[in-house]
This record gives sequence, structure tokens and C-alpha cells, in this order.
Amino acid sequence: MQVKINNKNRSFNGTPFKRLIDVLREDFGLTGTKEGCSEGECGACTVLLDGKPVNSCLISICQVEGAAIETVESLGLPEKLHPLQESFLREGGAQCGICTPGMLMTAAAYLKAGGDPSPDAIREELAGNLCRCTGYQHIINSVAKALSENKK
Amino acid sequence: MPTVGHDRLRKEGPQKLTGTALYVDDIPVKGIWHGVTVRSSVAHAKIKGIRFLKGFPWRQAVVVTAKDIPGENCVHLIEDDQPLLADGITRHALEPVALIAHPDRATAYNALNFVEINYEPLPSVLDFEKSKKILKTFSIKKGDAKKAMKKAWKKVDTTFRVPHQEQAYIENNGMMAWFEPDGTLVLQGSLQCPYYIVKAMKPIFKLPEEKIRVIQAVTGGGFGGKEEYPNIISGHAALLAKKAKRPIKMIYDRHEDMSATTKRHPAVIKHKAGIDKKGRLVALDIDIVMDAGAYVTLSPVVLSRGILHASGPYECPNVNIHASIVQTNTPPNGAYRGFGAPQTLFAAELQWEKLADASKIDAVKLRERNLVKIGSELSTGQILKESVGLKKCVDTVLKRSRFTALRRDHDKWNKKKTSPTWRGVGFASVHHGSGFTGNGEVFLKSKASVTLTKSGRFVIETASSEIGQGSMSTLCQIVSDALGVPYEWVELEANDTSRVPDSGPTVASRTCMIVGGLLYRAAKQLKAAIEEKAKKIPTTPAVLKEVAKKLAGKKSVFRITTEYEKPADIEFDDTTYKGDAYGSYGYAAIAVDLEVDRTTYEIKLNKIWTAQDIGKAINPLIVEGQIIGGTTQALGWAVFEKPIYKNGVMQNAEFTNYIIPTALDTPPMDVVIIEEPYSRGPFGAKGVGEMPMDIPAPAVCAAIKQATGLFFPEIPVTPEMIAAGIARKG
Amino acid sequence: MKLLTARDEREALRLYKRYPEALPLAGGTDLMVGWNTGRLNGKTILDLSRLKDWARIRETPMGVWIGALATHTAIRVHPAVKSRFPLLAESSETIGGRQIQNQGTLGGNIANASPAGDTFPALAVYEAKIHTVSDAGRRVVPFSEIFAGVKQTTLQKGELIEGVELTTPSTEPCRQGFRKVGTRAAQAISKTVFAGLLWLNKDRTVDDIRLALGSVATSVRRLEHIETSLTGQKLDPKAITRALNLLSRDIHPIDDIRSTRDYRMLVSRNLITSFLNAR
Repeated sequence: MQVKINNKNRSFNGTPFKRLIDVLREDFGLTGTKEGCSEGECGACTVLLDGKPVNSCLISICQVEGAAIETVESLGLPEKLHPLQESFLREGGAQCGICTPGMLMTAAAYLKAGGDPSPDAIREELAGNLCRCTGYQHIINSVAKALSENKK
Repeated sequence: MPTVGHDRLRKEGPQKLTGTALYVDDIPVKGIWHGVTVRSSVAHAKIKGIRFLKGFPWRQAVVVTAKDIPGENCVHLIEDDQPLLADGITRHALEPVALIAHPDRATAYNALNFVEINYEPLPSVLDFEKSKKILKTFSIKKGDAKKAMKKAWKKVDTTFRVPHQEQAYIENNGMMAWFEPDGTLVLQGSLQCPYYIVKAMKPIFKLPEEKIRVIQAVTGGGFGGKEEYPNIISGHAALLAKKAKRPIKMIYDRHEDMSATTKRHPAVIKHKAGIDKKGRLVALDIDIVMDAGAYVTLSPVVLSRGILHASGPYECPNVNIHASIVQTNTPPNGAYRGFGAPQTLFAAELQWEKLADASKIDAVKLRERNLVKIGSELSTGQILKESVGLKKCVDTVLKRSRFTALRRDHDKWNKKKTSPTWRGVGFASVHHGSGFTGNGEVFLKSKASVTLTKSGRFVIETASSEIGQGSMSTLCQIVSDALGVPYEWVELEANDTSRVPDSGPTVASRTCMIVGGLLYRAAKQLKAAIEEKAKKIPTTPAVLKEVAKKLAGKKSVFRITTEYEKPADIEFDDTTYKGDAYGSYGYAAIAVDLEVDRTTYEIKLNKIWTAQDIGKAINPLIVEGQIIGGTTQALGWAVFEKPIYKNGVMQNAEFTNYIIPTALDTPPMDVVIIEEPYSRGPFGAKGVGEMPMDIPAPAVCAAIKQATGLFFPEIPVTPEMIAAGIARKG
Repeated sequence: MKLLTARDEREALRLYKRYPEALPLAGGTDLMVGWNTGRLNGKTILDLSRLKDWARIRETPMGVWIGALATHTAIRVHPAVKSRFPLLAESSETIGGRQIQNQGTLGGNIANASPAGDTFPALAVYEAKIHTVSDAGRRVVPFSEIFAGVKQTTLQKGELIEGVELTTPSTEPCRQGFRKVGTRAAQAISKTVFAGLLWLNKDRTVDDIRLALGSVATSVRRLEHIETSLTGQKLDPKAITRALNLLSRDIHPIDDIRSTRDYRMLVSRNLITSFLNAR
């Protein structure tokens, strides 16, 4: 079956009822996407499915045939960060980093949609991504900063 | 340009932000098998037999039980009472009994459905308040608390209770193990304390230390939960690797991690306090009991930190504290940020509300009459000689929160019948000892090095683990400033016991102050050595390279290693619990503003103001991140988090029902860093990691008291408790 | 595990007839949790994700048609749903986080039949009609008859939910209310969840009233005793108290891992009271 991953057409020939997260990590080596709870609560496995954040631990590959998947690897590289990653770096949005890829993907969709930069709106948008390190405030600041720079 | 005091970018940030940082489950290893753990299902029983049932392809798998252990069947820590695999008896539910490895992860998990354990039940103790098996006790005595209590103007007596807490790092525990051709055991995984693991593996495998190598993978949060537990998972993975003769990876799922690994110790604290007419604290009589779970783990040290913080940051001439930790047939409790102090400080702080009720003097005013200052004597007789920023913290919070006015506003709001909520603002102030307790640092004999390589790079060698707290950046800033070179010139060696010395564990708010201090000294010595050769520190890499070659001579690097030296004037007596329990203390104050919905009794946290004296913020952004993050964990403990047990098994061992705060539950926080430098800390720095965990819970309870008139000497305070309380009041 | 992939509706019905034990896979936000815990080992799955027509939402002359595979996000942002059935839009926004809203579907939610389904009180008060389809033909089931108990529906063998029909009430309610009380502010399972519609006559007597609560019984249902008691009455404190005394006939909450019977009873009562008092 065909699926577009990070803007590249890929074919997958494994078992059709394999979780998207496992396909990404095991079959395509995209280990940036993390598994935190396996039940759609923590959001660490968030990827974009046709532009919308979803939990890749709750999706079977058979459900996304022909769809476009984006993972954290689609954003930037360590030496050339995406503006959102740059603002996370400058505003302290990442600590242990395990929730970060999922958090970034939810934020990336919000950024693309030109979301409301108020802290309350951002908090609501990110409520499906648990973080145990930061207490969220620096993440909120990071997203707000990326949104404001996007508008410039 | 100096970097200390400035927000330098997180060294490992770009890798974490791009998904290129490799956590244990991300590291590709060819031919690796997956290990899983067979666990007991009952709290206390004789194990009559383990059966491996038909229907599973056992030939494809490797199975390990206690009899496969080459050396001692124990998890070496303080007491060697905990078996690595239960042998003939299980002392708590979810105790590891056997291990299974299979090439396929899902198949390995499926194997667990084909194992049957037969038990002969034994009597079990699940409620620690009923346990009579005392594992350790401590006492602190100062003055005559009994006599002083009798003479006190007002006295109060309250029993406080705090529950377990799950660390809830988003990355579960995970470890890989393999044996090198020369017999060296290698472990790589998610961990805080690599040398703990080296020491724990020695008796199990009868290997000398140099044949055990531990490498930290990028670690997705620890908070104490990866302090001692990795000893167990390391032992398990290594046993499987030995028997399977191939690399093994064990990655817990959320359910296993939550139900089987360590938690914060629950505690019950009977707290009596007396004040005189001037509102001065004259007597404290405190009895602390904590629940160790089935084995000792780090419990005595947790209890020790608990008792040493039990009197709060206040002067009191007459103190009597007794602390004990008891055994139950529940999964062992262990390290969690704060390490005993959040438990006892909850009682110490919330008791002021009771004293305020008794004396009709405001709880904050009462505290202000008793705050420790330079020259104050703590319960152990320790005299505070320097770096006491408590009053500054208190004043800052009161001012920035408009505390008194806010409280008045809330009283008015609460009187209005039409208000949809009840509002409250609560206050607390605490201290937290930096570094290991008492003589701990002396026993640890920590080492750390700064090297100059022949290629002209400065490399820090330390076993301190970056677990998200920002130690990489913080330590690099300390070293770059001590050397007088750019931050970018300094890097960290991989945290690998074959490459770095034992700097002690990454715990106890000690990394910046203690290990940072060692590195500061090493860097200063290195600077002197360079200056001897080159007059001044080179400003270009080319010149530096020349100097490096001269210094290193025949070796590849020039290395300065420093070791912890106890300051001569710090003395602690472990037997009498008298003396200087910690070299220095951090101080903090907080105000929590919240409201309770009159229809649903839900608690909405509106705003936090906190000021924390940490000596010196090496990297203010990282420090602020520690404060906000720790505060959030504590707020979770105060209003949501409670593992629920049935027959000694955690019932809510998943994120659906073990509730931690989301972004929407977490209030905005106003954080002020107070800097009262500590002369022995690098650039004046003290510890910061744990203190934010100590302080929010009592302030939440105080705020709920103002809002609803209900006093809860226990947490979490839930809407259910408030509803029941309101119904009782009528 | 066996996977059946249906390319279209006809194939789905044919497969489901042949494999009635199969578990239909819509968004998967609930089913896949079972997969992750091993509960689905050996089970047969019927994948419906290719039935794109079933994801449509369209405005009809009488109201709105929501395909069974419409996601909670599609529902919560749809202009016609927002304006004509605001309680459904609001409740869809309280389900999980954005990720769950983007993947979970209304049809899957109903078929899952959780006692805590967040959209169910809204569907109950809007008197949604559940359209089902099987190899044998189509049926329309009133929402009040779709649940048979905890995690149980009245769907027949080989029958799938095709969509939900919502009919705009003939007169606009003068009050609509929704409130979810969960275990935290977001991404939470409800302890109790309320929806209500109220029509008042000019003399402030109750012309019609529809109330529903979730998480307080084996399945979400209307509060019939309270509704009957209030209909035709002036909405005064006496009438409200009288009606609320019947609450224990309408709901049967229990103690569980998330809350207590007493709390659910009290808060349910408060939610109804504040709705009736327009607070």
C-alpha cells in the first residue's frame, strides 16, 4: 500500500494491521515519534494525518492508505531548525524532550492554521499533549512566539 | 563574555527538537531480543511453582528464573533485602518472578499469558498505618518540647496524610544489555545514576567493576523514578542477555511502569505545635510514619530527609521529632523529587492555618515572626551562617500577589450569594537542603574532571545525567566561565562509566552545587595550568591547540580531576542527628490563587506567584523551567494524583485514570529568582531541582480553606471531598 | 488477528454479514486501545476507513445529517451543527484532546456505547435518529433506544451505524445548556455530563423540557421523571425542588475509580438546578 510520509511516497508491504507508530519507527526508521502510553492520553506519538494532529499509537496503517503523514522529522534538522523548533529552543520549550516531537506536531498544525496566540487558546490546543517536565509555561511561550513571528 | 546568569541555549536542544536524540527504544541494535517480566499477582505468598503452559512457542524464547542468577540474588542498595527475582516467596504484588525474551516484542508480551504461578497465600499487611514492621527510625531532640508545649499559649494537634505519587515521566523505564566478547557487561538505557548500576551488577554477576559498563541513553524524565529502579531492570536485561547470548532490550509499557515501579512514600504525620503570646513557635512535637513498601530501597534516606525538614524554615527552641518507616506488602516506594521533604513540609506548613485559627493571628503574620535568618538554629542545632534568602522570598511573593488585598477581595466575593465560585489564596514557605543529607557527600567521594584535548577542546567528564533538568548546559556554563572561554568551546563527554568518573548520583538537588563545584575547581586549576604555559587563556582555537599539545605531552588529553572535600566547619553526627545536616539550604515562598465552582466543586487554579532563593541562577531560563515544572508536579499531587490500590495492586495504572495536569489545568506562574549566594557553591549556586515540589500542596489546601471554609489535612483535595465537606456543613 | 477491508458500503455489509463477529473499525480511538493491551488478539477487524461518503456532514431542510464516520472535529467546526445544534458542537469539543477529536468518529462513539459518552446527552435531548444499515436493509432507531447497557447497543447482527439525523426543533428552545464535569479541565473522562433544552411559554410555564445526563447510569438517557414533573409547571423554586426529588428515579450513579455515587448525585442535581435557574 502507498502512503506519503514527510512528503515522500512510500510503499508499505507489511501486515496491514500494524500501528502507524510502529510502521514509522520500525519500517521507516523515523524514531522521532515517541510512545508514552499506548492509549491516546499523552500525545507523545502525535503526527499529522492530512495536516491534522492524531495519535499514531491509535491508528492502524490500513486506515491511512493514500494519506499524507508528517512527523517531527519533516520540520527541521539540528543545524537548520524550523522556526517553531527555534522558538522552543530559545524559550525553553523542551526539557527531557520525550514529549517534544508530539508537542511540536500539534503546535505545527496550529501554527499553520494561524491559531489564536493567546495563552489560554494555546493551552486548550495543547491539552492533548502531556508534559511532566516543563509545567507547560515555556511551551506556551514558545508557541506564542512562533505564532507572532509567523505573522510578521 | 560571561555566560553564568544568562540564558544559554540548551546544549542537547537541537537533537531533542528534531527527533534525532536517541532514547533507549530508538537505538537500533541488530539481532536484539525483547525481554518481558513475569510478575506475581498477589501481595504475599509462597510460590509453589511456575508453569510454562502449552500453546506458546517456548523453543523460540529464553526464560530466566532465580536459579539462573550467577551470583547473589539481590538488588544491592542500602540493605540487600530485595531479590532481583522472587525465589520461593513474593512479598508484594507485581514482584518480578521470571523473565522471558523473544525476538519479537509482541510475541514476548504474549508469552506472559502462558505462564501460571501457583501460590500459597501468606498474611499480608497492605495499610501502612497498621504495619508493625519498623525498618528504620530517627529522632531529633532539641530543648524540652514536652514542657514547652505545656506552657504554650495556644497549641494545635493535627494528623496530616499524604499519598503515593507516581513520577509519571513520559518515557517509561527501559534498558538494553549485552556482553562483549571479553566478558564485559554493557548496559545502556534510561537512567539517572550510572554508577549505582555498576555497583548493583557486581554481586549479581560476580564481575569486577571494570567489567561493567553503563551508558546513559537520552533520558525522557526521571524525577527520582530512574534513580534506583534501573538497577532492577538492568539486572533483568543482563540475566536475559547472558542466557540468550545476545543483546536484550526491555522497555516497560505504561501500565507496567506505573503499577510495578517505585513511587513517592505515603506518610502520616501527627503534628503538634505550640506558640507563645507573641506568636513565636515554642514547641514542636512531631511523629512521622512513612510506608516503605515491601523492601528497604532508599527508604531510610527518604525518612532522613523527611525528618530533617519536618520543622520547616522556622526557629523553634523546643523540638521533638520521631520518624519511622514501616514495611508493607506493596510495591516498594523509592526516590521521587523532594525525597521525604514534601511529605513533612506539607504538615509543617499547613499547621500554620490551625495555629492561625487558634490564635486569631493571620497565618502569614505568624510565619513572619518565626522565619529563619542568618544566625538561626535549626532543629538539629545547625546554625545558619550565610545565604538565607527566606524573608526576601516571602516579601516578594506577598508583594507581587497583593496577598493581603487579594485575600480581602476574596472574602468579599465569597460572601456574595450570586458568585458562581468561592475564591481563595493560600501561602506557604519552605526550605530545602542542597546536596546529600548529613555525611552523605563525604561517603560519596564524588569526582569530576575537566580535560583539554590535544585538538583543543574542553571536555567535561562527569557521571551526572542530563534528564531534562538542563545539567549539560548548566555545567558547561560553570566551566566556560571558570576557564574564561566561550560556552561553545566546552562540551560534555558521553555519560558512560568507561569514560567518566563517579560523580555520585544525579539526585538530591546536588548536580549544580556539588558536581558544579567540583568542576569549577577543576576548571580553575586547568586555567592556572594553561596560564603557566601561555600567560593567558588563548582566544583562538589554533593557539589553544598549541597549548593543549604542550600540556598533554604524550597523553591524548590533559585532565584535571577533583574530588569532594568536606569543608572543615561542616559537621554532622549520624547517631545523634545533631549538627549541619546540609551545607546550605534553598528557600522558597508561594501564593496559590484558586477558585472552587459552587455547582461542581471543581478546583480551578488561577495563578501562582513564587520566589525561590537558589543562591545563583547559572541559567535563569533553565532554573525557571525547573521551578514551573516542579510546581506543576506538586499541584498535580495536591489536587489530582493518587494511586488507588486494591489488594496491593494499583488500579489506576494508566494515564486515563492516574490524572496529571494538562496545559489547561496548569495556571500561569509568576516566578522570581532570589539570589543569596552560597560561598561554597559555584558562583554562589545552591540546589533548585526539588524545592518547587515541596511547597505548593500546603498552599493549595490553605487556599481551599479560605474559599470553602473546609480544612483538609490531606491530599489530593478532590471535588468529591469538597462536595462531601459542604454537605456536612449543611 | 484478521483484517477485513471494505472498499465501499456494499462490501462492508457483505463482509459484516459473513463475519458478524468482526469488530467494525471507525476512527479506532477506542478499539486501538484494546489492540495495545492485547484484548484484540485473535479477533477479526472490519476496516471502514474507505467509506468516505460516511464521513460527510450536510445540512438538510429539516436539520443536519452527520455520517457515522464524521470526526468530532468535523462536527465541532461545522457551521450548521454550531448554529442549530450547539450542544453537540460543544460536547464534541470536550472529547479527549485535539488528536482524539481529529480521529474519533460519532458513529464509533455511539457503537462503543460507553456510559460516559460525552456527546450522548446532547444527542438525547436533540432526539437524534440513528440510521443503521445491514445487508437486510435500513432502519431508523431513536437515540433513546440505541443502548442496551454498558458497552451494549441494540444494533442487530451485521448492522452498522450509517449516520445520525438531527431534526431542528419546530420552535427554538429558549435555553440550551451543556456541561461536562470530568477528572480534569481537558482530556478527561466525565464524572457526570449534562445537556438540557427548555421551552417556556409566555407565562413562564414549561412548554417542553428535555434533560439528559451521562456517566450516572448504565447508559445515557433522558430524565423522564423530572421532565414530566416540570412540564406545564411554572418554573419556580417549589416546582424545581419537587422535580429534583425525582432525580434518584432517573439516574443511578455508582462509586468507581473516577468519582463517587454521592458526588455524582449531588453535582447532577446542581447542574440541573443551575440550568433551570439559568445560572
